[in-house]
Amino acid sequence: MTLFKLAFRNLIGAGLRTWLNVVVLSFSFVVIIWMQGVLKGMNNQAVTSLVDAEYAGGQYWHKSYDPYDPLSLQDAHGRPPEELTDMIEKGRATPVLIIQGTAYPEGRMTTLLIKGIDPDQKIISLPSYFLKEETEELPAVIGNRMSESTGLKAGDTVTLRWRDANGTFDARDALIVQVMRTTVQSIDQGQIWIPLEKLRELSNMKEEATLLVVDKNILDPPKASGWEFKSLDFLIKDITQLVKTKTSGSSIFYVILLLLAMLAIFDTQILSIFRRKKEIGTLMAMGFTRAKVIRLFTIEGAMHAVLAALVAALYGIPFLTWFAKTGWPLPESMDSYGFAIGEKIFPVYSAGLVVGTTLLILVVTTLVSFLPTRKIAKLKPTDALRGKTS
Amino acid sequence: MQNSALIKTQDLVKIYPVGWKELVALDHVSLEFKTGEFAGLVGPSGSGKTTLLNIVGSLDTPTKGDAVVMGEKISSLSHKQAAALRKKHIGFIFQTFNLLPVYNVYENVEVSLLLLGLTHEERKKKVMQALDWVRLADRAKSRPAQLSGGQCQRVAIARAVVKEPAIILADEPTANLDAENSYNILETMVKLNEELDTTFIFATHDEKVIRYLRRKITLFDGRVAKDEQVIPHRKGENP
Repeated sequence: MTLFKLAFRNLIGAGLRTWLNVVVLSFSFVVIIWMQGVLKGMNNQAVTSLVDAEYAGGQYWHKSYDPYDPLSLQDAHGRPPEELTDMIEKGRATPVLIIQGTAYPEGRMTTLLIKGIDPDQKIISLPSYFLKEETEELPAVIGNRMSESTGLKAGDTVTLRWRDANGTFDARDALIVQVMRTTVQSIDQGQIWIPLEKLRELSNMKEEATLLVVDKNILDPPKASGWEFKSLDFLIKDITQLVKTKTSGSSIFYVILLLLAMLAIFDTQILSIFRRKKEIGTLMAMGFTRAKVIRLFTIEGAMHAVLAALVAALYGIPFLTWFAKTGWPLPESMDSYGFAIGEKIFPVYSAGLVVGTTLLILVVTTLVSFLPTRKIAKLKPTDALRGKTS
Repeated sequence: MQNSALIKTQDLVKIYPVGWKELVALDHVSLEFKTGEFAGLVGPSGSGKTTLLNIVGSLDTPTKGDAVVMGEKISSLSHKQAAALRKKHIGFIFQTFNLLPVYNVYENVEVSLLLLGLTHEERKKKVMQALDWVRLADRAKSRPAQLSGGQCQRVAIARAVVKEPAIILADEPTANLDAENSYNILETMVKLNEELDTTFIFATHDEKVIRYLRRKITLFDGRVAKDEQVIPHRKGENP
């Protein structure tokens, strides 16, 4: 307690030097929490968007389905087994049929995936109800990215061509009934959504599907022969990995920031020990052991982090709260970031993040404060009193 | 009063390496100090006064021989034991006061007591008593920078005496003070010596201090040239 009191007095007594270090360190606190919060928010938003719009509670894949291999699509379809039919009938799973096709928007040729979905499904947030529209052509929904890359807008007609189950080419005009705004690229770019039954009929794949999306509330999905259940953890594995990669990339920035703050603390400690040799000698003359003096200086250094946490709380809490409420509008270019984010990022600051960052900075500051004080262990009291280096 | 040997040095030798050569700072010094002495080590610069004071104060160790302070052999003390000896039994007064600039007068004096495990109330009582002795109770909240040299040295004295040590070692305590302040300091120290029976050992070549001594030990080239009991002549008294 005594040393804490002395350290605190010394720290406050050092005036401007202390406050400069404290401000720099507090900046590290706020930036680290902010950056981590943004990344966590980004991760959460990406996962939430994907779950809502595409994965729901997981998916059953036809045994031949491989989303990374478009050539496998011609074989990746079949009738869902009996185990799953009951779920489909009760609206707890929705089938999706995927076939490869070609579109001819404005006379150009674009390869795409034609996806059939039940217009009445409520399992994913894709606005499939627009597909109920009675039209002469095939009603179709595309995403905003697809709309942008093909130049198709709501009300436009586009010719679609595909091969049916027997390998015969067929073609129909589709009417874009809705352009959906979505942050999830994987239900948007290079694909067009049409009613499931129409697609089954046109492709000669009656009652067949490529995959089944199950409801979020299905906790124990049954086994189905010829179909593999892919859990949410499996489905979001890529996105989690991507976020991890981006997190480690971004951490370089705050490591640099932390290093700068630590350099300031280290420098202050070195300077303190050099300038306060007489004081060290006096303390030793009064009966302080070297270990106690080392502890005093280390506590003094570490207290920078405590004060910085308080200062950071002063301006950081209002700033971070405001930021979490208003979010960070993303520029258009962020769309190519690699995963669904949203128009704004809303940072998420968990208690673990705040406590973890505080502990990290406290531990690093203590360590950095301790390193220069080892010099004191070699200092003779008589030399210290004369202000001389041993 | 002056009966038991508080400090005893036996053939004390201190040699400092200076480049390739050696400097003999103390050359077989054998002395004895008793409780309540008001003694001074006098002599020119480089005669070994401060070195002797440092060894007696357990801030340094002898090269040969030994010093026994309060029954403890200085040469065999660990850093921790030496610190414990200083903490409990020895007070220091320095030429340059060595006050801690960021603390106020009260806190500077209190620092000495912080290691003794006293309660806040006990510390407060002792600090105020020490400040009363040096007549600085009214400046308790001032910072060293706001005090004169004499006042600073009085704070240093209060800091040294507040824990009521058996020995106070004062290294050139008046060197940075004018005559008036020097006499005030010396009067304070004499009063403390008489009231608390504290042993004072000075390292000085200031005539004003020498006049107050009851024992004068003259050092020359690290040797005891003369060790004599003298009659002190305090301010206003003619020698």
